[in-house]
Amino acid sequence: MKSTNFLLVGVGGQGTLLASGVLSAVGVRAGFDVKKAEVHGMAQRGGSVSSHIRWGEKIYSPLIGKGEADFMIALEKLEALRYVDMLRAGAVSLIGDMRVPPLTVSSGGNAYPGDDEIRRGLSAVGDVRFVQSLRLAEEAGNVRAHNMVMLGALSTFMPEIAPELWLSVIEELVPARSIDVNRQAFQLGSQSC
Amino acid sequence: MKQEFLSGDEAIARGAFEAGVRVAAAYPGTPSTEILETLAHYQDVYSEWSPNEKVALDVAVGAAYAGSRAMAVMKHVGLNVAADTFFYASITGAEAGLVVVTADDPDMHSSQNEQDNRHYARFARVPCVEPTDSQEAKDLVGAAFDISEQFDTPVLLRITTRIAHSSGLVALGEPRSTERDAPPEYRVDRAKYVMVPGNARRRHPIIEDRVTQLQAFAETFAYNRVELGNTRLGIITGGIAYQYAREVFPDASFLQLGMTYPLPEKLIRDFANRVEQLIVIEELDPFIEEQIRLLGIPVEGKSIFPLCGELDQTIVRRSAIKAGLLDASPSPPIEQKEQDSALPGRPPLLCPGCPHRGVFVATNKLKLVVSGDIGCYTLGFLPPLGALHSCGCMGASIGVAHGISKADIAQKHVAVIGDSTFFHSGIPALLNVAYNQSDTVTIILDNRTTAMTGHQENPATGKTLMGQPAHEVEIEDLVRSLGIPLVLTVDAYDVKAVETALRQCLDSEGPAVIVARRECALLPEARKQWVALSIDAERCNGCGLCFQIGCPAVIRSDVVDAKSGRAKAQIDVLLCTGCEICAQVCARKAISFRDA
Repeated sequence: MKSTNFLLVGVGGQGTLLASGVLSAVGVRAGFDVKKAEVHGMAQRGGSVSSHIRWGEKIYSPLIGKGEADFMIALEKLEALRYVDMLRAGAVSLIGDMRVPPLTVSSGGNAYPGDDEIRRGLSAVGDVRFVQSLRLAEEAGNVRAHNMVMLGALSTFMPEIAPELWLSVIEELVPARSIDVNRQAFQLGSQSC
Repeated sequence: MKQEFLSGDEAIARGAFEAGVRVAAAYPGTPSTEILETLAHYQDVYSEWSPNEKVALDVAVGAAYAGSRAMAVMKHVGLNVAADTFFYASITGAEAGLVVVTADDPDMHSSQNEQDNRHYARFARVPCVEPTDSQEAKDLVGAAFDISEQFDTPVLLRITTRIAHSSGLVALGEPRSTERDAPPEYRVDRAKYVMVPGNARRRHPIIEDRVTQLQAFAETFAYNRVELGNTRLGIITGGIAYQYAREVFPDASFLQLGMTYPLPEKLIRDFANRVEQLIVIEELDPFIEEQIRLLGIPVEGKSIFPLCGELDQTIVRRSAIKAGLLDASPSPPIEQKEQDSALPGRPPLLCPGCPHRGVFVATNKLKLVVSGDIGCYTLGFLPPLGALHSCGCMGASIGVAHGISKADIAQKHVAVIGDSTFFHSGIPALLNVAYNQSDTVTIILDNRTTAMTGHQENPATGKTLMGQPAHEVEIEDLVRSLGIPLVLTVDAYDVKAVETALRQCLDSEGPAVIVARRECALLPEARKQWVALSIDAERCNGCGLCFQIGCPAVIRSDVVDAKSGRAKAQIDVLLCTGCEICAQVCARKAISFRDA
């Protein structure tokens, strides 16, 4: 029962859901059985959110078990560390450069972890790559497309899936007026890794 | 065959459409809300948000009495509200299919308790079907309607959060034709539908006999299926637990129950006889397990797997290893790096610009004991506001506050309740405050929407679920008509006005209501008004008063005030909506107002 497990993490309102929709649709288009689980709490904005996406010949559980994620795509840096227990040994962590300090940091006494700390925490498990998601999305025309930069970076780890397939799914799922920006963001992301 | 990638909720809506449902009613509640939101796009189906789950179920019952397939949808605690209806509907049956969808919330992702609603099925003698994925979620809707009509019974379709909010590929079917030759006529049958004692007494044995017939039906029900593998271990399961069990025990034998009440006795006995060891893997209560024990069949379940919380493959695997059902070695590695517990938390909180914040700043200032209710404002209990002191269930706040007042408590106390929650079940409680006279002050937090579940329409928004214009109830008129003499309306963003109104109500004799009105900052119209404020770093001395309102947009800057040694505040311009609550609490007038 071989499956590929993607854990997408971020903060509510950041584009996690759109990215997980694209990732699921690409899996379906590539011929896999796909399951996706959205995990979020009560917060409308600003809460911790994660999406579990699994591709395989036959997928049973929609959830990724602890220590079973092959890829983590973190749209927010701190959230990357929160899910370290979900990664398997040798997993790839792609970490965007958006920082959203939680209230416990922004007006409380806690400290936001630095890049070194994040790298240390995750590299004990596997391969850690920082992606300049905001900068590249801005270059593409809109910082909000940082989720597509991250998917572009992820696509380089799956050479068997043609970039055209990703791009056609993105065209279908993003609003018509932002297709070009999102395509461009994906492509910049795919050149960054 | 056309396939779509659907969540469990979307699949149930599709299933209802294909099954020819004519009437569907619900009250929003996570994780069930998306079912009616999706169904509302099918113009052939009449869909509505009812004020509460009991009304929704009565509406569905009425439609089914009138010969149309009907469905009521609710989260698990909604069935508590609708329980009265659920029981009489079981006794009467209906003229057409009636399906009740309950969305349980193991692990309480967004609920106040973890109740297992399969018990309602046995309690009310109603069959219960449970899907294991989106495909079955769609297909079981149709099966449930067929069962409902074949056995003249409501059917409980029970899902859980993990089914509702997980997506998978679903093969679509053709919708059942709902065309009618002539408009239907209401079939009068007083003995069946008028539940006075004499009639109900005659119906009760019929209901018990129905259970026996359903048991026989369950023996061959297509969704009760045996998947025979290695017979050393036999697993009986149902719902999402099937998927976790399949991951952990790929070679075991399975009896997957698509119908968890009533159970197929013969199928279970045959399965038990074919396997060496029998276990049940189910989420929450030992519902299947206990029924099997009653058959006298040796079985283990909750002695191995946890009763509280959600399962997943990790929990099932660890429990199985602990119980000696699995060897630790050949299974996938489960000893991984543990999460860093020192990581800054990201608790849920009131959004930037939330109008509830202004009310809580005022109740905190007056040191009031606040009885809370269910909605976004429940989050006001969290630090730094800590402004809410009890919260139980929908509509509880007003009755609890009335009770507190009757118990001679010296502190001043108030109830807070949202607009939609007030319509749901707050109205009878406020009627009681007026009737039995207490000095309860009720603050109705009117943010012009049902916010927490994602902005659904309600009786005060002027629109229905299907987008039709509707009468907008005037909360003040409604409240006055109940007999509340003092009714004040304030802008929830105006902290001073809230405080003044509160003082006036607390100082006066008898019940009072404050309508704190301001639309949710996330509504499209409100978003257009967003303007970021700024802080004059010269004036700010880092006193931290503005941090006490718990706004994510008010953050510590890197600049430290020379005198106080504390970090000065700054505004996150990407988050700030310009509600000005921080500007009102700033003693140094360091935060700009919008027109400054």
